[in-house]
Amino acid sequence: MILLESIEGFGKYARMLGALFSKPEKLSMYWRETMRQMYDIGVGSFWIIAIVGIFIGGVTAVQFSNKLMGFGGLIPMWWMGGMTRDSMILELAPTISALLLAGKIGSNIATELGTMRIYEQIDAMDIMGVNTHSFLLGPKIVGSVIIVPSLIITAMILGILGGGIAGVLGDYYSWDEYKFGLQDDFQVNYVKLMMIKSIVFPFLISSISCYKGFYVKGGSIELGKASTDAVVYSSIAVVVANFIIAFLFL
Amino acid sequence: MIEVSDIRKSFGAQEVLKGISTTFYPGQCNMVIGKSGAGKTVFMNCLVGLVTPESGTIKLNDRNIVPMSLKEKSVIRKEMGMLFQKNALFDSMTIEENVKFPLDMFTNMSLSEKRDRVDFCLHRVNLPNASHKFPAELSGGMMKRVALARAMVLNPKYLFCDEPNSGLDPQTAIVIDELIQEITREYNITTIINTHDMNSVIGIGDKIVYFYEGEKNWEGSNKEVLQTNNERLNDFIFASKFLKEIRKINFNK
Repeated sequence: MILLESIEGFGKYARMLGALFSKPEKLSMYWRETMRQMYDIGVGSFWIIAIVGIFIGGVTAVQFSNKLMGFGGLIPMWWMGGMTRDSMILELAPTISALLLAGKIGSNIATELGTMRIYEQIDAMDIMGVNTHSFLLGPKIVGSVIIVPSLIITAMILGILGGGIAGVLGDYYSWDEYKFGLQDDFQVNYVKLMMIKSIVFPFLISSISCYKGFYVKGGSIELGKASTDAVVYSSIAVVVANFIIAFLFL
Repeated sequence: MIEVSDIRKSFGAQEVLKGISTTFYPGQCNMVIGKSGAGKTVFMNCLVGLVTPESGTIKLNDRNIVPMSLKEKSVIRKEMGMLFQKNALFDSMTIEENVKFPLDMFTNMSLSEKRDRVDFCLHRVNLPNASHKFPAELSGGMMKRVALARAMVLNPKYLFCDEPNSGLDPQTAIVIDELIQEITREYNITTIINTHDMNSVIGIGDKIVYFYEGEKNWEGSNKEVLQTNNERLNDFIFASKFLKEIRKINFNK
């Protein structure tokens, strides 16, 4: 039964994605809506991503530095530059940001669409002749895929900066040592991997949340459940995709 | 004109529409009445193309919409306006933006032309000074009027109203009814109204179709509806003690 429901759900999700690819009724309206979504997601999530990024970088640097100091100087402290950099690029910036965004924009999208469904606003658009799949879901997915990579890059830069500040303040290493470490053994491939994640993750978060919100039926209880489901399923999809991408590309 | 012929619709084992046939004419307020669960909403959803019946035809000026694809339906839908029970106004938009939305989406009018049209429609529904407010700032009656302005902004040929008076006080309900009737006659629109409100039925119902358990049980005018011998219809119309007394006094039944 659960398997059948899952297959049915996945089929409906795939059909929803297929319905996005249709000719827009009016390109300017889609453009305006995409810009609005990018602004809401980008500006609305900037500060939370920035604060979390800087502190994640800081805590990574402090905890690893403590561990390294336990080796009695066998490992030079400038390694911390490279270690923080790689942790931020490979894992912390894309994954932690995506999980945060799953909570923030995922629930936001599902609630907005669910409310529109319950209060017949989607039916109203359907009757006007608007392709609601394409107009309501397309700009949300496209907008998040365009803007979220810049948020993840911001988290990465601020995380690396946070690592430097925390290490220097904690007297684990000097700024020059940290800078030297940052430049040592830099792998461009890691950045490519981060960029792949920063496109795949927002796609999964926004499309799953759209699916959960768009097809909601019932009232406020179902709306709350759809919003929670959007966050839970998006987060699971992000961690599973994270593993698959690492497995395939590293 | 809308011609409905023998439409049937089931959800699982439950047959909700059991071969409905009727015709709705332009310039008239056509009322669909019946108890909750009689199939009125499904019927209206079939007319606007949100639900596809299993059999039968629905012809909008000789164009059968039943076999149409979503793309073909979306062309026809530009000729439709709909007034929803919960108004379905977009919360994030102002009143002006709500009414302007269909113009933005489907026309190439300039901004000033769109503003003129929106102003005209808001004036027509007696809401000239609400354009910069948000739906949450309006009363129930005002929201209905905005929804009506939005429904008429593209000059529809067909207007569908799903319980337009639900949640309104009797006086505001009469104002909305009269507005719908005026607009219907003025622009020769084919208007179909799902309602439970007997004041509306008697007040503006040019044609009344009574549904009973998914079937058309009776049809006629608002003059005939008060004098019919159809027991089911009488039970429905004169459900309240108050109306039963009035009936006794006026018709001696």
